[in-house]
Amino acid sequence: MNPPRALIAEDEPLLAAGLRADLASLWPGLQVLATVGDGLQAATQALALRPDVCFFDIRMPGCTGLEAAQALAEDWPEGVAFPLLVFVTAYDDYALQAFEAQAVDYLVKPVDHERLAGCVARLQARLAARVAPVVGIEQALAQLRGLLGAAPGAVTPGAPAQPRLAVIQAQVGNLVHLVPVEEVVYFEAADKYVRVITAQKEHLIRTSLRELLPQLDAQAFWQVHRGTVVQARCIGSARREESGKVTLTLRGRPETLVASRLYAHLFKGM
Amino acid sequence: MALRKSTLPEPAPAVPTGALLQTWQRLRTSAWRQLLVVGTLCLGIAVLLTALDGRGFGPKLVYSLSIGVVCTGLVGGARLFVAWVHDQLRRARGLPTATDFNGWAGAIPGALLAMTLGPFIGLTLGDLLTGKQSASVWNLASSNTRITLVLSLLGTVISLVVISSLERLASARAAAEAAQRQAAEHQLRLLQSQLEPHMLFNTLANLRVLIGLDAAQAQAMLDRLISFLRATLNASRLASHPLATEFERIADYLALMGVRMGARLQTQLNLPEALRDLPVPPLLLQPLVENAIKHGLEPHVQGGLITVSAQAQGQELVLTVRDTGAGLGGTPVATSFATTVATPVATPFATPGSHFGVAQVRERLITLHGNKAALTIEPAADAQGGTRATIRMPLPRLT
Repeated sequence: MNPPRALIAEDEPLLAAGLRADLASLWPGLQVLATVGDGLQAATQALALRPDVCFFDIRMPGCTGLEAAQALAEDWPEGVAFPLLVFVTAYDDYALQAFEAQAVDYLVKPVDHERLAGCVARLQARLAARVAPVVGIEQALAQLRGLLGAAPGAVTPGAPAQPRLAVIQAQVGNLVHLVPVEEVVYFEAADKYVRVITAQKEHLIRTSLRELLPQLDAQAFWQVHRGTVVQARCIGSARREESGKVTLTLRGRPETLVASRLYAHLFKGM
Repeated sequence: MALRKSTLPEPAPAVPTGALLQTWQRLRTSAWRQLLVVGTLCLGIAVLLTALDGRGFGPKLVYSLSIGVVCTGLVGGARLFVAWVHDQLRRARGLPTATDFNGWAGAIPGALLAMTLGPFIGLTLGDLLTGKQSASVWNLASSNTRITLVLSLLGTVISLVVISSLERLASARAAAEAAQRQAAEHQLRLLQSQLEPHMLFNTLANLRVLIGLDAAQAQAMLDRLISFLRATLNASRLASHPLATEFERIADYLALMGVRMGARLQTQLNLPEALRDLPVPPLLLQPLVENAIKHGLEPHVQGGLITVSAQAQGQELVLTVRDTGAGLGGTPVATSFATTVATPVATPFATPGSHFGVAQVRERLITLHGNKAALTIEPAADAQGGTRATIRMPLPRLT
């Protein structure tokens, strides 16, 4: 068996170095592939390096550790063992009960030696148990669903409920287009913008999907991917692919959309 | 979150809505006190009457108590009725029922009712209880009747005055208690917003690592943490401290954050020599600097620069906290005292605590300077982007 390999995502350099040093003494066999300082790199580096264990800080620039894990789960290649995830958090970044409830491994900063030793022992046991081609992504998906469901769209549970959006206001130069929300077929994240697609037209709005999501009716608008939110009544059909992803056809739009594995459970016969 | 909830005092119980419910609760809580007042008064009247004519005390007490209790009942009933009418009228007009109904509106018709009907019903009740036959109330020729009427009148007025002042006293005491509770809650939230646990634990985590790597730097960091903690705990006790001290505490905080964020955080503090000794409210700038880090630089991958400056402009002291971070997410938040409610800024880590921080700066400015001071938070209007928070306040006098 190859030596286990790890990726550390932590934006505070001292803490990253500290965790690395502590791991080196507690788990000499562990090879730390890289230490990254933001959420976006956490996801891309994990996808590129395919570590066995990921230590993700929750609060990071770019995107949160939780969102990085979501991106990882959505884009993880078929047939490769999914990394064991350990979330690292300070105080009440995230309700620790949520981690407990989902049986997710987590460390609370400052990380004491004993707690880290316990975590290492658990990780070693789980790595040793995965001899056969057990992929382990299903369990990770179930846990992530639970975590993201506990805090829809954000890592701040208990945020005040936001008023529902009735019209989308898309500005082009000094002209503002008003688009009734019910005419929107889907929203798609595009860097710092969101594309708003109706049956006829397409608009760009300067907001993030994360800010938009709480203002939409969750019954009518379904998130099917970390970057896509579709109006349910505009979905024509859903086909489950080999990879576990789901291809969606739309009413009124020729293109198809992909629902990630994380949201594939939304589509099942009645 | 869980800890925050458990350490805060429970919120004050909700005010019952509806005039009827409020009046009923007031009557219920003061029922024993009312009976005590009325009972004492009636006892006094009975003693007085016995002293005047020297005949039986027992029947006089029974009659006096009967009239007293009936009058009290009539006043209470009238108050409830008026409250009920008030509720019905508001409902008919589609308005929400009152939350601060003054139950004494019904006391005047109640008193009139008590003065006219009270003696009659009370005497009848007294007759039933004693088995005697007293002269009709309407027989004004009888001196007994006249005395009875005058005494009921006086008794009603006196008991009303005593009971209403007792009730007012009780509600004033309740209001004072609520205010005290609110002040304590506010103080606790202030302390919690300044001693943000996330900052504290992350700093300690860094310190823990630093002890093993570089003991001297760890010691320096610990010194910074100590002076920051001391200033935070003292902030509520001191009315003001020199601007230079304010800048030193900000420097402590930024140094702690610098250890945590490494090269991602650059800082610049501009304090002109002439302004060093001006008195300012302690840690006034701290929530703004904290917000600049939390919402500006922390979520920003490449980090950035925080500039804290003080300037005298005419008769105004202008304090600015500017960052080159993530900005306000496309939503310009320019608020002055015209719109005191802070517009929520959607950022990944927006927490109720940070809005409390800004609200608290505003509150302190209002308390000190009324509308002569203002806090604005707006996107920085230059190529570097980010956010600028500006406090304008009357130039303090050197003390």
